[in-house]
Order: sequence, then C-alpha cells, then structure tokens
Amino acid sequence: MHLSVDSVCKSFGEGKARKLVLDTVSFSISSGEFVALVGSSGSGKSTMMRLVAGLERPSAGRITVDGVPVKGPGSDRGMVFQKYSLYPWLTAAQNVAFGMRLQRLPQREVQERTSYFLEVVGLSDAARRLPRELSGGMQQRVAIARALAAEPKVLLLDEPFGALDLQIRESMQEFLHGLWQRTGLTALLITHDLEEALLLAQRVHILAPRPGRIVRSVEADLPPGELAHLRISPEFLALREELAACLRGLDGGLGL
Amino acid sequence: MRESTFWPRLLAHPWILGIAGILIVLLLWTAVTATGLVDRLFLPSPAAVLAAGQAQASAGILGRDLVASVTRVFTGFALSAVVALPLGIAMGTNRAICQLLEPLMGLIRYMPAPAFIPLLIIYFGLEELPKVMLIFIGTVFFNTLMIMDAVKFVPHELVETALTLGGSRAQVLTRVITPCIAPQVLDTYRINMASAWNLVIVAELVAANEGLGKRISLAQRFLRTDEIFVGLIVIGVIGLLIDLGFRLLMRRACSWAN
Repeated sequence: MHLSVDSVCKSFGEGKARKLVLDTVSFSISSGEFVALVGSSGSGKSTMMRLVAGLERPSAGRITVDGVPVKGPGSDRGMVFQKYSLYPWLTAAQNVAFGMRLQRLPQREVQERTSYFLEVVGLSDAARRLPRELSGGMQQRVAIARALAAEPKVLLLDEPFGALDLQIRESMQEFLHGLWQRTGLTALLITHDLEEALLLAQRVHILAPRPGRIVRSVEADLPPGELAHLRISPEFLALREELAACLRGLDGGLGL
Repeated sequence: MRESTFWPRLLAHPWILGIAGILIVLLLWTAVTATGLVDRLFLPSPAAVLAAGQAQASAGILGRDLVASVTRVFTGFALSAVVALPLGIAMGTNRAICQLLEPLMGLIRYMPAPAFIPLLIIYFGLEELPKVMLIFIGTVFFNTLMIMDAVKFVPHELVETALTLGGSRAQVLTRVITPCIAPQVLDTYRINMASAWNLVIVAELVAANEGLGKRISLAQRFLRTDEIFVGLIVIGVIGLLIDLGFRLLMRRACSWAN
C-alpha cells in the first residue's frame, strides 16, 4: 500500500474571501509506517486529514492510494475522530461491528472479528455497554477498534486523544504504540502535541500555519521499547527540544 | 424507623405532588359547589358532572363520540407523521430541497389552520375528509420543520464515520440519521399531537354529527354545563394518556437517549 499526497493545495471561499489553507503539501506513507503531521491551530492539519479521508476535495494537487486517485471517502481509509464519533444507540460491540455490517460481511465473520478487535483494544468486558457508560479513553479505544475492524489500508487518526485528560492520554499513547508494534498497522496521525508525534511516529512533518505547509520533516526512529523509557531518553529529549524550537519560531508557535 | 422515612419517601415519588395538585383542585371544586355560592348552571358539582358522564356512557353517546374524535385525530396525524418524516429528512440532508421548501413552509405554517375550515368544507364537503385534512394541514408543517431541525443537529462525525467505514449515502440515511433522530421525532410527534387535539375539537364545533367537540357545542345550546365539563375532562384525560404513551414508547425504544 502506498498513500501519496502530491503538491496538494486547498482553499476555502470565493473571490476576495478566498483563503488558502494548505499550500503545496506533499508526503507519503507506505505499509507499516506511522507518520505524524504536527501543527498549531490554523496549520490546516485537520483539513489535510479530511482531504486524505476524501471528505473534502483538494483545490490542486493529487492524493492517491496505490496509484488510484482519492475521489471520496472509502473503507480503505478508516478515520478516528477526536470525539463524538461512537453511535450512542449501539453497544461497544455493535459499534465495532458497524463498518463490517455496512460492508455486509457474513454474520459469523462479523461476530468473530468484533470479539477479536474488542480484545485487541482490551474491552472484551465492555462489549454490551453503551458509549455513555464508557470513559473517554474507552470510547476512543472502541472507535479505534471499529476503524481497524473494517480493515483499512491506512488508519487516519485526527487528534484521537486531544479530548482526553493528560494521564489517560499518556496511557492511550502507550496503547497505540503497542498496537502498532503488535499489528503492524499503517497510520497517519494528526496532532498538536509534538511529544505524542515523536513517540508514536517514525516520520514527523511539521506544519507551519497560515497557510498550512510542511516546513520540516524528520525521521523519528527512536530505539524500540517502552514509551515510559523513551519519554526520558536523551535522543528523544534532544529531538523534541530541537523541533520545539523550530515550532516556536513559526508564526504563533506552540509554546512547548 | 419505618415511620420516619415513610413521608419523605412518599413525597420523593415523582407522581405524588402532581396527583396532590389535581386532588386539591377537585377538593376546592367540591367545596365551592357545596356552599352554593356559585350558580349550578355556571359551575356544576363534581357529582353532577360524574352523573352526566355516566348517563352519556350508558347511552353509548360517550363511546361513539370518543371513537369519532380519536379516529379523526389518529388518521389526520398519522398522515401528517408519514409525510413529515421523509420530507423532514430530505430537507435536513439536502440543501436545495431545504432552500426550496423552507420559506414556503414557514409562510403556510403561520396561517392559522382553523382559517382553512371554510375552504376545506367547500373542497371536501361535511364528511370526515375535511376534518382529517384540517389536522393534517395544522400539524404537517410543524412536524416537518422540527424533524428537519433534528436532522441538522446530527453530529457530522457520525455521518462521516459511516462514510469512512465504507457506508453508502443510503446506508447513512437508514443506519445513522434515522436511528439518531428517532428520539426527537417521537418528541416532535408528542408535542404536535396536542395541536391535533385542538384542531379536531375546532373542526367538530363547526360541522359534525358526533365527536367530543360536537357534544360540547350541543351542550352549550341546551345550557348543559355539566356535559361541557364531561367533554373537557375526557379530552384532557385522553390527551394526557397519549402524551404518556409517547413517553413510554420513547423510554422503551430509545433508552440510549435518556
């Protein structure tokens, strides 16, 4: 699988009110890679994600999956939103099964894969609970399981932990990191949190705001291991400091 | 121990104060009529109203009136609900349809439905159809616009998630939007059912052979205030029962939304 974003521009509005949101953005992801886009608000990172998902169309440039242009949303690009994306009338298990049911998979396969992916995210016990009975972290894990169960070629994570408390966010980062190591999923992560991007992704693109454009790309291939150790390792801290300085230098920096 | 918690517990029951309120009014009503301060012609005693009700019931009049009015309300309202649901969803999901119909509906909605009665009589005569149509006209625009609003408030994340899971537009409509708005739709129907009841009585006051509204207007002609009271109370009780029915249905069918 190869997802390629090639010189993509996006602007909203017409005439004088026309506003350029993304300016000539290019990057790519191959199978098994974890790529992150980091930027402050106004950097167009959510717009970039919506373009990849096919929920918006680029004003210029091309987005392709295995050479085929993206023309709209599809199950090859599963998306996890920041919040409010679980169906409140369905249980955790029914939410996980939702995508497979839309694709009309056989009942038995749906059941097997639902219980498998609930187990993957550690929520087998919560299968029959409604979303409102789950904590924020559990809800996001259900959303991730639902996206994975539809077997996307690439998982699009749009600030998936942005609405969670700091401590839960850290444990969710560890969960996602472990998931990536175990299952070899392919993921594109959008975040404003530089540390999160560096810990999880192998490649990090820094987006500058107004208009959104990639100003720096780094390979963040830190030594494998537990995130808790990684967080305080000298390589990680040096890289984070360097990129934080870069971000601070941009218009309306992040103040890390 | 048991005695000391009895009263607080009883008062904590959600219905107890409501029932007490009704009983107090009944009590005041009995007391005022017992003193004879008010002419019985203006305010009949509860016993007289009960007797009038029993007389109507045993003569079969009450049952016939009830069936006639309830049938009109349910037919007209069912028609309105069936038309409003797809129309409201279409307006909520499609901008062009919304822009086409919303100003028109906004205009007609403010025309008082009873003002259509003369037209409806000219068009449809004096039978059931004009009454059913009055209820339909009087509720369909409110139902449609309220359902449209419910659709517009469906979180876009829910729709977009379905699309990124490989769902088609049709599946989004049936698997996301419809279940999502179900509680608001039931609530819309519950609220607008009250107008359907108002309209059936108005229609029967103008032209009908039977029905609770017709009975009230006949009672007025013969100065039978006790029968007017019977009609009013029966209408109120049925309205309340329908309201409770919708609430029960909502609690059963949409427990996730409570």
